[in-house]
Amino acid sequence: MSLNNVGRPTRPTPAASTAHTSLTGARGLLQDEALIFEMGGWDKTGVDLAPADLDASDLGDLVRTAPIGLPGLSEPETVRHYVRLSQKNHAIDLALYPLGSCTMKHNPRLNEKLARLPGFADLHPMSPVSTVQGALALMDRLAHWLKTMTAMPAVALSPKAGAHGELCGLLTIKAAHEAKGQSHRRIVLVPTSAHGTNPATAAFVGYDVAEIAQTEDGRVDLADLEAKLSTDVAAIMVTNPNTCGLFERDIIEIARLTHAVGAYFYCDGANFNAIVGRVRPGDLGVDAMHINLHKTFSTPHGGGGPGAGPVVLSEALAPFAPAPWVVSDSKGFRLVEDTVDEASAGFGRMVAFHGQMGMFVRAYAYMLSHGADGLRQVAEDAVLNANYVKARLSGAMSAAFPDGPCMHEALFDDHWLEGSGITTLDFAKAMIDEGFHPMTMYFPLVVHGAMLIEPTETESLQELDRFCDALLALAAARAGDVERFTGAPYLAPLKRLDETLAARKPKLRWLAEA
Amino acid sequence: MRFTKDHEWVALDGDVATIGITAYAAEQLGDVVFVETPEPGKTVKAGEGLAVVESVKAASDVYAPVSGEVIEANEALSGAPETVNDQPEGAGWFARVRLADKAQYESLMDRAAYDAFLETL
Repeated sequence: MSLNNVGRPTRPTPAASTAHTSLTGARGLLQDEALIFEMGGWDKTGVDLAPADLDASDLGDLVRTAPIGLPGLSEPETVRHYVRLSQKNHAIDLALYPLGSCTMKHNPRLNEKLARLPGFADLHPMSPVSTVQGALALMDRLAHWLKTMTAMPAVALSPKAGAHGELCGLLTIKAAHEAKGQSHRRIVLVPTSAHGTNPATAAFVGYDVAEIAQTEDGRVDLADLEAKLSTDVAAIMVTNPNTCGLFERDIIEIARLTHAVGAYFYCDGANFNAIVGRVRPGDLGVDAMHINLHKTFSTPHGGGGPGAGPVVLSEALAPFAPAPWVVSDSKGFRLVEDTVDEASAGFGRMVAFHGQMGMFVRAYAYMLSHGADGLRQVAEDAVLNANYVKARLSGAMSAAFPDGPCMHEALFDDHWLEGSGITTLDFAKAMIDEGFHPMTMYFPLVVHGAMLIEPTETESLQELDRFCDALLALAAARAGDVERFTGAPYLAPLKRLDETLAARKPKLRWLAEA
Repeated sequence: MRFTKDHEWVALDGDVATIGITAYAAEQLGDVVFVETPEPGKTVKAGEGLAVVESVKAASDVYAPVSGEVIEANEALSGAPETVNDQPEGAGWFARVRLADKAQYESLMDRAAYDAFLETL
């Protein structure tokens, strides 16, 4: 087995807390919230309904006579329940969020205002084309910006998320190989530091996955890549900047070697936010790349959607793009569908309609409000902020790749915690007590006890300092104060949770106590 | 008992090899929450995936240290994956394989060599 895959300890460590405990178990105004089924009773209600004046029912003996078990609550009880639940969500609107754009970066309110314009918000996907010319024009402009920023000739707007975009990219690659009589190509090469979605996507499309080794300094090992490239390889999937927060400096050579054996170069564009306006993937030899609109163009992400992961395509792959796409002529804009000749080479379609209109509006609003120079500064600020964090913390914590600058993410390993009795998980939990959400932990898997910090471009120097000060104070406290970490968090509504028990014996359904 | 650099162990009884992961591997993985064992009857080659072990954060392949036919999988692990953490080099075994070539077993590290290898990590 590969021990790159370092798991994390999850069993709570019992710690003798000297903290003040209340009589009821409450933690000040942070209430432990019961399920609505546990709070309500069927005999209570927030609304008064007039008695149903029915003499007879067609339901016969199917008419219910027993309570149906729905919770009944008064209006204030209902309001409080949901407001309290909402307060338990941590959010980018509450504090700096070191998981960064992978989960959420700041969503400018201007995007939201524009997405709510009735001309966009009230559209129906089956509206006649003549009535949605403005929306189609926006999709056309968005496509133009995406193609310009990436130096790629085509874009499929419809995929609904990054992983969906990966699927779209590989299906396009598969269609291109099939059209060339190259269906025997069975292998997709993926670096060891890849996002898990890369090998998962390749396997889902039916390819065999082979790993490319990583160099000491966190990049693709060119010699290993060259050894594994052959005419059986359909594609390689490389993230740039990669998941270690490093720019793949041999990216052009990677593309050249890949093309030399007739394979395609899929770039995982999850980290495009670090290079937007500075580097055009088309210039690097990329054939297909998804763009997570939430990561690069600030659309909302949380909770798994609704998202958008458009895929830009090279000249070689453009004919195989999925429908629909927007075209315009003297009669205005229209969508090219997969039922017409214009899209006959494409592999079909990814979704029922055209994609996530609300995300398109937000992303385009972000582009227009920043302009080309502003988008370039977004990338520069994201990289500058990450390097500031890396520089401030490197004295106390161990950077995984200390040599040279990072891109938009600062990556630390757990070397500096060795012998302290504290794990990465403990340190992350202690951050909660200090008022900060933990960073990405134990990913990428190639770094032992990884702590990956992405501050994003919107944090000010003061906020970055507040964050770094808290981490440095925690790092300094690790000697002689182990319980501060092993029992953390102490100040959260619930303390350390048993993730192992939750994974092994999940309770997926509430049942009334007998 | 013999060991691999990928932290699998093999114990031989006649021509039946019992395979699992080492105590070191189990500790490094953290709490195991799921184990996928191979179907009996399947033929495996040394170095190929034999089983999958999943801890709370990561899923890892367990490679077959020797070639042969799977004759038994440890069904008990599906209901009690924590056995891998509790008794990695005993009740937490993954599969039994009818060994195709005994020389393969002999070529693996013995306990002293494996312990020395761990020192280098």
